Amino acid sequence: MIDLPELALVALVGISGSGKSTFARAHFRPTQVLSSDYFRGLVADDENDQSASADAFDALHYVAAKRLAAGRLTVVDATNLQPHSRAGLVRVAREHDVLPVAIVLDVPEALAWQRTEARADRDLGRQVLSRMHRDLRRTLSSLSREGFRKVHVLRGPDEIAAAEIRYDKLFNDKRELTGPFDIIGDVHGCRAELETLLERLGYALVRDDSARPVDAVHPDGRQAVFVGDLVDRGPDSPGVLRLVMGMVAAGHALCVPGNHEQKLARKLNGRNVQLTHGLPETLEQLGREPASFGAAVKTFIEGLVSHYVLDEGKLVVAHAGLKEAYQGRASGRVRSFALYGETTGETDEYGLPLRYPWARDYRGSAAVVYGHTPTTRPEWLNNTICLDTGCVFGGALTALRWPSRELVSVPAAQEYYAPVRPLAPAGRPDDGLDIADVTGRRHLDYGYGRVTVAAENAAAALEVMSRFALDPATLVWLPPTMAPCSTSTLEGYLEHPATALDDLRQAGVDRVVCEEKHMGSRAVVRVSRSGDGDAIWTRTGRPFFGAALDEQLLARVRAAAGGLFDELESDWLLLDAELLPWSAKAAGLIRDRYAGVGAAGRAALPAALEVVDRVAARGLDVAALRDRLALRSAEIDGYSAAYRAYVKPTDGLDGVTLAPFAVLAGAGVSYADRDHGWHLALADKLVAADPALFTPTRRRIVELGDPAAEAAATEWWLELTASGGEGMVVKPWAGLRAADAKGRLIQPGVKCRGREYLRIIYGPEYTRPEQLSRLRRRNLGRKRNMALREHGLGLAALDRLAEGAPLWRRHELVFAILAIESEPVDPRL
Amino acid sequence: MLLTVTTTHRPATDLGYLLVKHPDRVHRFDVPTGTAYVLYPEATDERCTAALLLDVDPQRLRAQQDAFALGQFVNDRPYAASSLLAGALAKVFRSALRGASKDRPDLVGTPLPLLIRVPVLRGTTDLATRLFEPLGWSVTAVPIPLEPSLGGDSPYVDLELSGELPLSAALNHLYVLLPVLDDAKHYWVAPDEIEKLLRSGAGWLAAHPEKVLIARRYLVHKRSLTTTALQMLEGEEAEEPPADEEAELPVVRRQPLAEQRRDAVLALLAEAGASRVLDLGCGGGALLAALLKDRRYTEIVGTDVSARALETAARRLRLDRMPERQRARLSLWQSALTYRDDRLRGYDAAVLMEVVEHVDPPRLPALEASVFGHARPGTVVVTTPNAEYNVNYPGLTGLRHSDHRFEWTRAEFADWATSVAGTYGYAVSLRPVGEIDEATGSPTQLALFTLDPEVTA
Repeated sequence: MIDLPELALVALVGISGSGKSTFARAHFRPTQVLSSDYFRGLVADDENDQSASADAFDALHYVAAKRLAAGRLTVVDATNLQPHSRAGLVRVAREHDVLPVAIVLDVPEALAWQRTEARADRDLGRQVLSRMHRDLRRTLSSLSREGFRKVHVLRGPDEIAAAEIRYDKLFNDKRELTGPFDIIGDVHGCRAELETLLERLGYALVRDDSARPVDAVHPDGRQAVFVGDLVDRGPDSPGVLRLVMGMVAAGHALCVPGNHEQKLARKLNGRNVQLTHGLPETLEQLGREPASFGAAVKTFIEGLVSHYVLDEGKLVVAHAGLKEAYQGRASGRVRSFALYGETTGETDEYGLPLRYPWARDYRGSAAVVYGHTPTTRPEWLNNTICLDTGCVFGGALTALRWPSRELVSVPAAQEYYAPVRPLAPAGRPDDGLDIADVTGRRHLDYGYGRVTVAAENAAAALEVMSRFALDPATLVWLPPTMAPCSTSTLEGYLEHPATALDDLRQAGVDRVVCEEKHMGSRAVVRVSRSGDGDAIWTRTGRPFFGAALDEQLLARVRAAAGGLFDELESDWLLLDAELLPWSAKAAGLIRDRYAGVGAAGRAALPAALEVVDRVAARGLDVAALRDRLALRSAEIDGYSAAYRAYVKPTDGLDGVTLAPFAVLAGAGVSYADRDHGWHLALADKLVAADPALFTPTRRRIVELGDPAAEAAATEWWLELTASGGEGMVVKPWAGLRAADAKGRLIQPGVKCRGREYLRIIYGPEYTRPEQLSRLRRRNLGRKRNMALREHGLGLAALDRLAEGAPLWRRHELVFAILAIESEPVDPRL
Repeated sequence: MLLTVTTTHRPATDLGYLLVKHPDRVHRFDVPTGTAYVLYPEATDERCTAALLLDVDPQRLRAQQDAFALGQFVNDRPYAASSLLAGALAKVFRSALRGASKDRPDLVGTPLPLLIRVPVLRGTTDLATRLFEPLGWSVTAVPIPLEPSLGGDSPYVDLELSGELPLSAALNHLYVLLPVLDDAKHYWVAPDEIEKLLRSGAGWLAAHPEKVLIARRYLVHKRSLTTTALQMLEGEEAEEPPADEEAELPVVRRQPLAEQRRDAVLALLAEAGASRVLDLGCGGGALLAALLKDRRYTEIVGTDVSARALETAARRLRLDRMPERQRARLSLWQSALTYRDDRLRGYDAAVLMEVVEHVDPPRLPALEASVFGHARPGTVVVTTPNAEYNVNYPGLTGLRHSDHRFEWTRAEFADWATSVAGTYGYAVSLRPVGEIDEATGSPTQLALFTLDPEVTA
């Protein structure tokens, strides 16, 4: 029986003909086995070309490294008879903090020769085989000193044939434990506070005959997890040890060691350690205990595992934290990181080691809970949290409840030990973004689907995001693009309510809301009671009118939203709205592009008509030309009327209004699951609160399948668009998270734009029958796909915002929306 | 789009002979962009008007390269006179343009009383006057109002030219100057456009005071074509003014400020003994080129947030043709200074030359953290405009460049630099760059940050 760690680098060792490949085939999947022969073939087209060995092993090590980095068991099928070749494998294993294991196949040389001779593809001399055999004997004596954690030697063909492999989990792998847990920060001998905390958490203390706590039991079966540093500095380290050891022994707690336990164990083992940092106090306290207690403590500490991976891999506990690459790995440096963290080699003005801010760079999916560094207030940073709130220094003892992530603290009764350096005021954690969070080709699995962001789109978004957009911390969401309805075949129309309603029916929706589509500029508004962090931004994340005016506008929204804060019990809200009129933000575009064309057309066509009329007056036949010019003149007038409807005089904020239509999120909550009735009712309350600032959104609720209701909606749309309205958006009544029967997200809305409005999109002349028939071939697939991906990313961004996810996790989604926006698509859709 | 040519020459109907288009007929021609008509709204002995009317078919127009995504569908091409009309003119009036006439050879070179009207033409009164007046026209160019609700004028004028010129000269003027006024960049220019320009410009373009502008716009701002055209026109060296940021400044300098700034930065890098340097926000690569020339710089990294700027830098530095050893010294990476970037760690020096003023003030702390906190080079050189100096630029209102988010006074820059240095453990010294004005200081200000080994931040 061969015991292998679940994650290991296995080196098969044996002479040619010893049956390594056969053994590998019998016990491992083909993809787990990296054979040197195969790699020689890959790089040199010849499996026996010994001159290619160096390149072949280069490639083999490269592939092995990739597999180990991904946490995959890897078997190397090579003779591995030379110390340097084995050293290479040990090095690759160590680089990935994976245990190297050797399995030696030791068969008689004669048998190996017999097998080698039988193989047509082996051209090997007997002397070579003999030399290999001598090398193997040398290898067997040195193997265990070369860094292999375990060496299994199988002697003779029978033992080889009978071998079975059994996999061991690593000690740190407790993924099967799903809690719930109460993770407790650095106790440092503060037994009284620990008792209080455990009781506060609902544990019942179990006391021995001397009334000393020796266990604590939670009625719901919760399990405590100690992040280490139970001892030193505080008044009763033995009492803390007694309680924790009892809980661990009873299965009511887990415990990882801290650097203080580590040092204590060394001292108890008779090693020479510096008596500093509160160790003397502990030794003095332990001196009052019987010797057997000291021995039990030593055994307890030596049995501690440096970190645990818990709750299906969602939670990692280590004393000083643990970076992603080290989680679930075992090596000296993993243990060292878990105990001491990563230091930069420098010291600060108090002579304490400077710690590398690993948490700032942490991008792992598992939450890392740790202690070690005293802070005044625990704060999540990139899905990591430090629970050491300096109880022994007069701070507090803190627990994190998992998975609810609730923090529970009890204050220290007194300062037991003067801190060397004052407790760091937490300040704003450094959650700066890394360029690697957003650039390059990226795959995102965001819960509502998966997207691949192309590198060139990320590059384009990077420029917008860093040069023009608001701070990523502010920019929590961007509106998705919206697809138009399917193309209408009704005479004179490209878009029509009949197809819009049908689109939703096809998606399995039975009730929709038709909302008036305001023609202005999309505006996302974050507004709070206090005003801190409030902002208004455009669909590409830019500020609107500059800081001064934006702040004035926000102040008015804030004043009107007071009732909403109360009603929703949230100190801040995120609103989705349209800012009106269009000319307030787009005046330049209207002047330079739309009105200029209109002015040119309205001057040119009458001039041409005048010429043609005079030609006609001379008796020449120009009737057909005249008709074309007259049509064109009518078309340019229609086009001019279309954009004119969206031009209204504004002066500063005078004349500017907001038409809100959704309340996206509040503190700790995404409102994506609310129906549009809920959203619009809140929007109406804003309108009621400040009718001058807010514009209502007209709407119709339509039960699909009710022909009268559909006809009425069409009539309504015709009226709306005839009086200059852009059109309407048809949304599933259920809200933003509306999904089809299979649970897939559907379009959150389709737009149905008015016949006249579309002149400013498709050109003044698009209504001509020949143009319409060409335009009806428009392809909506790409636009719909973009809209859906952006919508899903946006929903996920709201979810992560509600969860309090790290900035980079939220930003990568918002950034992806912007990146998708730079994909080429027909701009008329 | 439309233009009319009227003459009061007696008999005025000779115009029909010169144009080879009979006044009593409707002439219809298929041209690549639609249908062209030649029509005569009046044709008497006293006065005759020929109208060239181009009925543009928008669907036949080539897609335009335009920042305005809908420009391909919403544009003035069917209405405003442009190269499309010039093209139709060349096709329809080919022999008149050449100055050939079978029926009236004696009239070809004769100045005729002409009145030309182009009812809608992109341009300003001023430019139309500058272009046509030197050619002997008296010019009336009335701006067309934009829109009552928006106020102001549209970018178009209603142009009337009157003068006594040979008809062929008039047509050649229009053939060249309509596209010049329109200045659309929507058509592709082949090198043979130079020949067309020189042919139509024969006898008048070389002496025209606006010939540089005419050549540049006619050749749609293609610098190499423009230079060639001007050389051929003058038979001598002619140079296009460089188009860089400083070109927007209305001032004449002795040594260009950009050079002075670059020299100042290079001197400080050399003094610092740096050999591995970052040019953060390298743009088109002007500083990179200077760094490459100096062997002391063994590793040069240019970063910019704009992928297009990096492409420009790669092209200007001729990266694809650079010898391997030289090439190995240079890297160009897209990076944004508001994100920290591990690739930028461990360098001797970083230069932020005219970069910080392009960053929104609320994002500056992120830039500071990524440059001084994360990349953490031994030396950082920052240059930025001195806002106080702006009064020395006559005519400059506001900031020096449209993308500047701010420009600092000397005191503001000093405050910023001191605070950054304090936060991140650098020593800082400030110095002027460029000619110093007593009252307002130098046009550019520079801060030299040096990592202070005594301080650990």
